[in-house]
Amino acid sequence: MTGKLPIISFDHVDKFYGDFHALKDITLTVREGERMVVCGPSGSGKSTLIRCINGLEFHDSGVLTVDGIEVHENSRQISRLRQEVGMVFQQFNLFPHLTVLENLTIGPIKVRGVPRAEAEATARKYLERVHIPEQADKYPRALSGGQQQRVAIARSLCMESRIMLFDEPTSALDPEMIGEVLDVMVELAGTGMTMVVVTHEMGFARKVADTMVFMDAGEIVETAPPETFFTAPKSKRCRAFLDQILEH
Amino acid sequence: MSMAEPAFTPRGRPLPGRSPFARTVDSVTFSVVLYAVIVGGLVWLAYGGAQAMGYNWQWYRIPQYFYTVTENGFQWGEISIGLVKTVTLSATAFALAIALGLVTALLRLSGLIVCTGVAIGYLELIRNIPLLVLLYLFYYVLGPIFGFDRYWASILTLAVFHSVLISEILRAAINAVPKGQWEAATSIGMSRAQAYRYIVLPQSVRFMLPPMTGEAVHVIKSSAIVSVIAVAELTTIGRNIISDTYMSFEIWFTIAAVYMALTLALSIGVTLLEKRYATES
Repeated sequence: MTGKLPIISFDHVDKFYGDFHALKDITLTVREGERMVVCGPSGSGKSTLIRCINGLEFHDSGVLTVDGIEVHENSRQISRLRQEVGMVFQQFNLFPHLTVLENLTIGPIKVRGVPRAEAEATARKYLERVHIPEQADKYPRALSGGQQQRVAIARSLCMESRIMLFDEPTSALDPEMIGEVLDVMVELAGTGMTMVVVTHEMGFARKVADTMVFMDAGEIVETAPPETFFTAPKSKRCRAFLDQILEH
Repeated sequence: MSMAEPAFTPRGRPLPGRSPFARTVDSVTFSVVLYAVIVGGLVWLAYGGAQAMGYNWQWYRIPQYFYTVTENGFQWGEISIGLVKTVTLSATAFALAIALGLVTALLRLSGLIVCTGVAIGYLELIRNIPLLVLLYLFYYVLGPIFGFDRYWASILTLAVFHSVLISEILRAAINAVPKGQWEAATSIGMSRAQAYRYIVLPQSVRFMLPPMTGEAVHVIKSSAIVSVIAVAELTTIGRNIISDTYMSFEIWFTIAAVYMALTLALSIGVTLLEKRYATES
């Protein structure tokens, strides 16, 4: 990974919600093509961290650069940045009033100005990629949770993003549907996409992560490749957390 | 529950039914009969009272005010013409009110202090002036200044008055769309305007349809107030006919019934529309 260029870099980033110190002096680099998995107890700032990357939240101090664009509230390039960065949410957030195909094409057509026919062709290609080409004309609520989340992944892919963020993509799914979503994510990792994934799915992390990040109380406690992270975590907090979630 | 009771009941034993009295009171027949008795009683009282006053009922003279058929052919009557005026007046005012209400709601939700301030100022200003006074302001003050006639003074009054109520309906409907929808729209690079137009507003329609119907009915009813500046709509026509014929009882009953028919038709229409909308999406 060291040969590749940094595509996301946090430099002493802090974020507050009122008095609550959500991100504490975060310094972190994600390189092009890197797959980073972020874990940690709830409220540790993992979601805030990745929501800062595409400007859904804005940090209060420090420098955050994504794909050469400095992220801050007044950035003129924030829309271009968001097109470069796809995001998959815990609650899918599909557009319920649009069909699956329309969910996938509305971004390219309205934001990027892609012609409809071309956008639909791309959309069908990505529906194929997430293994649900036959659901194109249905409305989201006719789909299972796992299928909805795969549509959400395809929606981000349709924007031809270079970076994909996943905010606990399997936490809202029934257990039997987690596998199908993780499979799609593993395949996506195989294409060389830069991915930052907040998840507690440690099996997935072991399989695809280049870097593991453990956060607690707004701080990055540990950053390590998965081999050392799972076998020899340095910090006590990280060890305690891993013991808890790996027990099951 | 006491422990002495058996833990199970024999299979297939029917549960005790409701008492015959409860069943009767709860039946459709009973409610229809009760309704008929109450309405009948009221009509009887009114009619009896009118008879006691020596009122001379002349219902046979009413139909000519809806339409007449003579050797000159078919002709609409005054009430029908007034009804059309009421409908066009209300419809124009309602359309304008929606536009104004949307602007107010969006300003209020913009998050910019100046815009929110303007919206709240407008809201409080209009909300705290009685409709009648607002009408006088538009007709006697703003009309001469800006050069619009009584018809447009009426439309603007109704539009402004109802835009305030509509903006609150729109605001609630927009806020009812989950925050995740905004985030999803934002995360694919949509601007705020695009997110409103393609994602949020289409979804808020189903939240606003029922209260908006109520508001449309409200506009039609409050349009009666423009009769004080003699715009020739339904209520004004009613007053004019009475001053010619002195048939106040018949005419006011008729005018009330026409308003009711209009608003009921509107409500029923929207209910049907809503059902279709609900099954389609």
